[in-house]
Amino acid sequence: MIDIAVVDYGMGNLRSVSKALEHVAPGRRIVVTSDPHEIDAAERVVFPGQGAMPDCMRELDSRGLRQPVIKAAAGKPFLGICIGLQLLFEHSEEGDAAGLGILPGKVVRFEKSAMRDATGHKLKVPHMGWNQVYQTRAHPMWQNIADGERFYYVHSYYVVPQHPDIVAAYSEYPERFTSAVAKDNIFAVQFHPEKSQHAGLQLLSNFVHWNGRA
Amino acid sequence: MSLAKRIIPCLDVTDGRVVKGVNFLELRDAGDPVEIAKRYDDQGADELTFLDITASSDNRGLILHIIEEVASQVFIPLTVGGGVREVEDVRRLLNAGADKVSINTSAVLNPQLVADAAARFGSQCIVVAIDAKQVGDHWEVFTHGGRKATGIDAVEWARKMEALGAGELLVTSMDRDGTKSGFNLPLNRAISDAVDVPIIASGGVGNLTHLVEGVQEGGADAVLAASIFHYGEFTVRQAKEFMRDHGIEVRL
Repeated sequence: MIDIAVVDYGMGNLRSVSKALEHVAPGRRIVVTSDPHEIDAAERVVFPGQGAMPDCMRELDSRGLRQPVIKAAAGKPFLGICIGLQLLFEHSEEGDAAGLGILPGKVVRFEKSAMRDATGHKLKVPHMGWNQVYQTRAHPMWQNIADGERFYYVHSYYVVPQHPDIVAAYSEYPERFTSAVAKDNIFAVQFHPEKSQHAGLQLLSNFVHWNGRA
Repeated sequence: MSLAKRIIPCLDVTDGRVVKGVNFLELRDAGDPVEIAKRYDDQGADELTFLDITASSDNRGLILHIIEEVASQVFIPLTVGGGVREVEDVRRLLNAGADKVSINTSAVLNPQLVADAAARFGSQCIVVAIDAKQVGDHWEVFTHGGRKATGIDAVEWARKMEALGAGELLVTSMDRDGTKSGFNLPLNRAISDAVDVPIIASGGVGNLTHLVEGVQEGGADAVLAASIFHYGEFTVRQAKEFMRDHGIEVRL
C-alpha cells in the first residue's frame, strides 16, 4: 500500500516535497513516482511542479500522466503545489498553454504596470519570499494554522478561478490574488508548504490526516 | 501587510566546515554547517545560503552531503553556490536538496549556462551572484572571489543576467565584504532599479543598522550577512526585530 504518491513528471526538484512529507509522516510509505499504477494505488496524491506551464504539460503528457492525475483529482485527497495548482485550471497566459481543465478558470501574470507598493516602490517579479495567507473559509487543511500566517512563495503567475466559491485563501502583491483553492477532495496552494517551516509542515501534516472532505 | 523582506544568513563552507574571512582572505573556523543551519532556522532565518569555497576538487562532494543533511531537517529555502560550472552541477545540487543554485564566475565565462540552467530547471532556482568593485566612476564585475577584473559594467551585467533567465541576483560589494562598514548602497540601488527580479544585498554588514539601510536605501529585497550571526553578535531574531522597529515588514 502506498500512502502518498508525489507525482514526478520531470519538472523541478521533488526532493524537498518528499523530505518534508517524510518529516511529518514518519512510517508512512511515500513514493516519488511517474508510474500511473502507483499514482492509482496511492491513498493520497501530491501534485507539485516548478518551471514553465507549457513545459509541464508537455512532460506530463510525454509520461502518460494526464489521465492518472485527472483520475486522482477526481477521487482521493489531492494536494496541488505551485505549478501543481496552476495546472488544474483551463488556460495559462504563460506560453498561451492549455492546462488540465479540472477547475474552471485561468492563470495570469502579475501585471508589470501594477507592481508598486502603497509608497510607490517597485515590487519585484517573481513574487519571492514570505507573504501572508488570509483564509477565506474554514477547511480541515487550515487546522492549527493562524489566519494571516506567512508562507514561502516563488512565482510570476497566479490563478483566477471562474467560481469564487472555490477560493480558500488569498494573499496581496500588491492586489489580492488567490493563493489557495479547495473543491471536494482537492486542495491546492500557490505557496510552497515544503519550504514554509512550521506553518508549511503543519499544512502537510493536515494533508496526511485529511479524509478528503471539505 | 504584504511580502516580507528576507534575512539570509550565509555560510561559507570549505572542506565541510563553515569559515569566515575578510575580503575573501584570512579564513577563521566558525563551526559545523548542519548545526549552524539548524540554529539559524530556529532563530527565524527566511532562507539559508551556502557558498562552497572549497579550493581542492577532492572535497567538492562534501557540500552535497551537507545539503542533504540540512534539507532533511530544515524546511526553508536553501541556496547553494560555489564551483557551479555546468548544468549537471546544478542538477546535482538540486537533487541533494538545494532549492536554488547560485552561479558566479561561470556566468561570466559562459553566460549560456545561465540560460540553459534556467530553461531546464526554471528561473526560480537560478540565482546569479555578481561580485562588483568600484572602478573609477562605475562598478565592475569581478570573478574568482574578487581577484579577476572582467571589464564588465555591473549594472549592465545585471540586466543581461535577468534577460538570460536569472530569477534573483545576489549583489556583493567586494570593496565592503568582510569590512563591517555596511553595504555599498548606491551599487545595490542602481542594480535594484535596473531590473525587475529580486536583489539580495551582500558584503559589509557590521551592525543591524546596515541591514535597515540595505532595504531602505539600497532597495534590496533580501539582505545577506555572515559574521554578525556566526560569532553570536546578534541572532537572526534580533536582526528582524530591529528591522521591524524601523518600519520594515519582516516574518516574525
